[in-house]
Amino acid sequence: MKVSERIIEGLLWLSAVITILVTIGIIWVLLSQSIGFFQVVSLTEFLTEKEWTPLFADKKFGIMPLVAGTLLTTFIAIAVALPLGLTIAVYLNEYAPARMRQIVKPLLEILATIPTVVYGFFALTVVTPFLQQFIPGLAGFNALSAGMVMGIMIVPMISSLSEDAISAVPRSLREAAYGMGSTRLQTAFGVMVPAASSGIVVSVILAISRAVGETMIVAIAAGQQPRLTMNPLVPIETITTYIVQVSLGDVPHGSLEYKTIFAAGITLFVFTFALNNISFWIKKKYQEKYD
Amino acid sequence: MAKNNIKLEAKNLNAYYGDFKALKDITISMEEKAVTAFIGPSGCGKSTFLRTLNRMNDYIDGFRTEGDILLDGKDIYDKNIRVDELRKEVGMVFQKPNPFPKTIFENVVYGLKIQGIKNKAHLEEAAEKSLRQTALWEEVKDKMHKSALALSGGQQQRLCIARALAISPSVILMDEPTSALDPISTAKIEELIYELKNDYTIVIVTHNMQQAGRVSDNTAFFYMGELIEFGKTKTIFTSPSNDRTQNYITGRFG
Repeated sequence: MKVSERIIEGLLWLSAVITILVTIGIIWVLLSQSIGFFQVVSLTEFLTEKEWTPLFADKKFGIMPLVAGTLLTTFIAIAVALPLGLTIAVYLNEYAPARMRQIVKPLLEILATIPTVVYGFFALTVVTPFLQQFIPGLAGFNALSAGMVMGIMIVPMISSLSEDAISAVPRSLREAAYGMGSTRLQTAFGVMVPAASSGIVVSVILAISRAVGETMIVAIAAGQQPRLTMNPLVPIETITTYIVQVSLGDVPHGSLEYKTIFAAGITLFVFTFALNNISFWIKKKYQEKYD
Repeated sequence: MAKNNIKLEAKNLNAYYGDFKALKDITISMEEKAVTAFIGPSGCGKSTFLRTLNRMNDYIDGFRTEGDILLDGKDIYDKNIRVDELRKEVGMVFQKPNPFPKTIFENVVYGLKIQGIKNKAHLEEAAEKSLRQTALWEEVKDKMHKSALALSGGQQQRLCIARALAISPSVILMDEPTSALDPISTAKIEELIYELKNDYTIVIVTHNMQQAGRVSDNTAFFYMGELIEFGKTKTIFTSPSNDRTQNYITGRFG
């Protein structure tokens, strides 16, 4: 009996340790490979050069075009997902009858289960042609439709986390607002949303983190042309797309071109790591203390 | 019994939570500018009844009423009544202090702001007036822009009363307003209630017999969803006509 307890305990310990070791291993690979890259390309060039052409004869190693592409698609995604997600969260919490909530919530979560490759094709073959009817200058590959579809994809993330945050606000505050003669709308946006703001901000940051790391949609629908632009109508390339492009290509293993994906990877990692930490910090620091 | 005008009255009121009948045929009238106390054991319907007076139960699934509640002679459950307008007339103070997680100033002027009043001087004047009415002004005047959550429980409750007063209701409903407070804070709130009845009609639910005796003019005793006895507080406490009232007041059950 005692021995089996010890074995189980050991197994539990082992699975925890393996997870940590794998994480450390990934960071190690990222770091060691990108050190090789930065021995050839200076950090200054990496950060200030305005072009990214490692696969061309005239090689330039400026990460900014990829960062710009990533930020652009992310920004569009959040611009779509935040208003939609927050409206859904408020609707479910303040307006929807209990039965409606029981139906809508699982339906929303289906959105999160659609494979991202399907979203990518949806952006390329449905959204882009549709938008081209209104925006004649829209290229076949563009940041706009990729970003919008990515926004739809992260709506459930924002709505679900925000809904949790709003429903965690004590009922007494809602009653206080109603008791003062607030309408439902005033109660929702004047009292409940501000009281849940830390949770909502956290949901948005996690959504940003998700959008920054999203690969398939942008790889399919946004193009593969690194470009330092904030124009959503032309093809761009995100950090993730570049990594896919090189990984699937025939770049020789160990070459400088090969190492660029680790440099790109570590840039991405820095972004998402920072975002996740900020959200963790906000959650700890600003979580409203109600008893 | 009515020496003043009747401000609020219920006529043959029944209330249900789904199939459960929470209030049975309540008929009662509340005097203007007087304090009416509702007493009775837990679950007797006194809070439910209080909450029907500003339709606070509207949002509970399956809650419904039959019968009439009249405010100044008008049925508040009428289809043409806007419930947000009703609540500006019938303010409420809750069991647990529930200030908004905003500054003290923002709390007091909340009701005015949602009515679209933006004039800063006007808001400041109104805030000071309500805070003076609740004897809180001297304690908070230097920290108006600090969080209301930093105040003590008793101060928070007086702030909640000030917040309710700021929109000048004519009726204030109080749902066990001192049950979460210490004796000193309780005494301050009771003093306040005594002051407020010069200008407002007050209805208070309380578990505290002495409190009902001290602050109210009229007392209603509820039991199992029925109004057992209603009359002058003095009469109810000294010579109740019903045995159950007698037993409850003397502490034999409850």
